[in-house]
Amino acid sequence: MSNSHDSSDIKNHIKVYLYVFGALAILTVLTVAASYLKLSDGEAILLALIIASVKGSLVAGYFMHLISERAMIVWILMLTSGFFFVLMLIPMLSYIDQARLG
Amino acid sequence: MNIPYTVEERPDTGLYNAKLGVWLFLASEVMLFGGLFSAYIFLRFGAPAGAFHEWGQELNVPLATFNTMILITSSVTMVMSWASLKLNDFKKFKLYMGVTLLCALVFLFIKYLEYTAKFDHHIYPSTNTFYAIYFTLTGLHGLHIIGGMAVLFYLWLPGNKMWNSDPEQFTNRIEIVGLYWHFVDLVWIFLFPILYLL
Amino acid sequence: MSNDHNHHEESFFRKYIWSTDHKIIGIQYGFTALFFLLVGFSLMMVMRWQLAYPETRIPFVGSIFGDDGILLPEIYNSLGAMHGTIMIFLGIVPLAVGAFGNYLVPLQIGAPDMAFPKLNAASYWSYLVGGLVMMSSFFTEEGAARSGWTSYPPLADIEVGQTIWLIGMIFLITSSLLGSMNIITTIVQLRAPGLTWMRLPFFVWAQLVTSFLLVLAFPPLEAAAVLQLMDRVVGTSFFLPSGLVVSGELMEVSGGGSPLLWQHLFWFLAHPEVYVLILPAMGIVSEVIANNSRKPLWGYNSLVFATIFLGFMSFIVWAHHMFLTGMGTAMSAFFQTTTMIISIPSVIILSALFISLWGASIRFNTPMLFALAFLPMFGIGGLTGLPLGLAAADIYLHDTYYVIGHFHYVVAPGTIFGLFAGIYYWYPKITGRKMNESLGKLHFWPSLLFMNGIFMPMFIQGLAGVSRRLWDGGLEYAHASGVFHWNEFMSISAWLLGLAQIPFILNVFYSIFRGEKVDNNPWESTTLEWSAPSPPLPHVNFETLPTVYRDPYEYSLPGRNRDFTPQSEPKKNK
Ligand code: HEM
Ligand SMILES: [Cu+2]
Repeated sequence: MSNSHDSSDIKNHIKVYLYVFGALAILTVLTVAASYLKLSDGEAILLALIIASVKGSLVAGYFMHLISERAMIVWILMLTSGFFFVLMLIPMLSYIDQARLG
Repeated sequence: MNIPYTVEERPDTGLYNAKLGVWLFLASEVMLFGGLFSAYIFLRFGAPAGAFHEWGQELNVPLATFNTMILITSSVTMVMSWASLKLNDFKKFKLYMGVTLLCALVFLFIKYLEYTAKFDHHIYPSTNTFYAIYFTLTGLHGLHIIGGMAVLFYLWLPGNKMWNSDPEQFTNRIEIVGLYWHFVDLVWIFLFPILYLL
Repeated sequence: MSNDHNHHEESFFRKYIWSTDHKIIGIQYGFTALFFLLVGFSLMMVMRWQLAYPETRIPFVGSIFGDDGILLPEIYNSLGAMHGTIMIFLGIVPLAVGAFGNYLVPLQIGAPDMAFPKLNAASYWSYLVGGLVMMSSFFTEEGAARSGWTSYPPLADIEVGQTIWLIGMIFLITSSLLGSMNIITTIVQLRAPGLTWMRLPFFVWAQLVTSFLLVLAFPPLEAAAVLQLMDRVVGTSFFLPSGLVVSGELMEVSGGGSPLLWQHLFWFLAHPEVYVLILPAMGIVSEVIANNSRKPLWGYNSLVFATIFLGFMSFIVWAHHMFLTGMGTAMSAFFQTTTMIISIPSVIILSALFISLWGASIRFNTPMLFALAFLPMFGIGGLTGLPLGLAAADIYLHDTYYVIGHFHYVVAPGTIFGLFAGIYYWYPKITGRKMNESLGKLHFWPSLLFMNGIFMPMFIQGLAGVSRRLWDGGLEYAHASGVFHWNEFMSISAWLLGLAQIPFILNVFYSIFRGEKVDNNPWESTTLEWSAPSPPLPHVNFETLPTVYRDPYEYSLPGRNRDFTPQSEPKKNK
């Protein structure tokens, strides 16, 4: 991204980085706090994963500049995340499917 | 021999080579940890109901929370060190990079405390499937931290001469290791809740 | 530019051993991989003796296996596991991706080298270390791994030799990951001016998709290898269930794990891996067919899109290897469907290549013979896959010789023939000389004959229900008695196939010195590599980096004065 920024641009970026840092800190506290709520297993997992995903998106979007990244990279990552979910879901679903047989 | 686009961007893709390279590497890392996360899910389903949660109670949440903060801080200082280079402020770069490395050291030290505390209570990877995956995931993550530290250290001290000879490429290198470093942070953001809290 | 590189002559060591030149690395890959193919094949020739003449002394090499020269069951298992491992991970993948990808991709896209030359060298050395680690396991006291190339637990968790196998695999996976990231970056970033996506030679497309498969599918196996290593070294139970009983005794394990977890992680890689094995060969065959049929490939666009679709689908069919694991009906239905769908792009590719031959005046040289033989052989392999993809049939056929027949048809007379075609075809580019045609034909015809002699009877045995990992070839099983006699026929075919490789080996070395000297473009081809000198210049490849003006296969177009127009030839202004 060599020439696309001048220094006032970068100074704006730095401000954003500090906001993101604040948000990440707050969300970390929230995750821990949420684990003390009286939630069912499923709800707790869902909540924790949602918070983690928000945090992850902040890191990826701002620190890793994905939000303004080139199309090629975004495509590769979408492909990767697609297969990532396949890898998460199918073994899990096949476990459930098998358990259903008893 | 001159390979095109090592420093400057290729017009139609808008990328320099290493940028694409590191993202491909991170894509493979996503799948590597993906395999382990998948194993986590599979084992969690296979364990008696609630067992994973119960086994995880032995872990030290305050320490891990602190460690999460440390890692997030190191991510910010990492990106700040890159921004400093962009602003032509080499001194600040060295400062921020130094802090990043320091954070990494603190993180590893706390991890060490956690591990030894477990061993003292006779908890090992072989204790049950939860600890098996716990030690594997955090151990592999720790190895990533150590590998990252080696590169960061190189660029911080011996490798920083490049700033004088080829500042643009040096800035690119910082961006590249930065991407890796943020990724390691990102993995931890997911490890923290699934291992310590759920 | 051509004078540039003469200023500092590199030392011999830097130039040929510790090189970062993609051509040297490609050749290093090539020779190492061919050597491993020979090793893997030799193991199988020994095993075939035991199958044909159970418990008799093995001629020539018997003394290696003990005083009575008989192949014991443990050793048989070791040889089998290592045969599969060597052929796939040390032979074909490094040859198809490491050697052909490395040597040809930069040339075909008009680049001076790979995007990351040092990483490229690292990838080769990591491969070599992985290979040596694997080989070293033969010389340990425990011996080599015995649990099949698929390394299924619980057996693999407790059987000897496996630890070294896992360490070797981690090196090999690292090597493949580095190599494939490099290939992708090179293709995306270093294409010559004017070489747009739909002007890429099909071989480059095949390498691109293959590399994506490697980058995204190999890491989960690396994860699985780490888990299995943990199981073996620190006593975890990722893959060991509670209450595991081995030889009638309760094993002391912490338990709670699942062998199925390994199968998921393994096949998540290993199904895409079979396309890693076949796609580069399809790429090679397409180039050879286009060139020797002197026609543009029929349906270039559909070839490209079929390949991309194939790569994509290959990530969601893996559990067709697991129909017999007690899988539920919903999952089983899902995987049967995806498996049927994935055969569509394979059929498209094969049909497009067949149609390309229609009405062509074909030049029957050695590379073309191998490429032509690839088509029906791959066809047989693919068609016999269909019954395996349907659970009802697979429940019977799973783990029989039918499966062995199926996949060997795709990889042996399929992929390996494709790779041979490539070696004969690009040899003049690498050495400046052609390989000898008579020796080539002496290599081709017996190979074709004996390949079928080995693998066709496997369908017969498999349909009779003979299991794939029997040490005695089925001698002690009543249901196998009717088809046992085929073993001798297959074994003799295998040994003759071994003999048939001698002309090839001679040819490779003989032609370096004595082959017919040829110019830069002996096959009158259109793609960019043929506009470079033979061999291409060290580190820069081309005298001046080319610019591309046309599609990849402009053969026999009407109104031209030659029957081919190179991609780098400017269009004339009318
Ligand atoms: C074109 C359509 C194809 C279909 C429908 C198909 C289907 C299958 C199925 C269902 C199995 C599992 C059989 C069992 O274990 O019971 C199998 C095994 C196998 N296939 Fe294919 N296949 C196809 C193409 C290929 C190709 C192109 C390759 C490789 C280049 C290949 C290589 C293999 C290998 C190596 C195995 C056996 C793995 C093992 O158990 O050791 N197949 N195939
Ligand atoms: Cu498959």
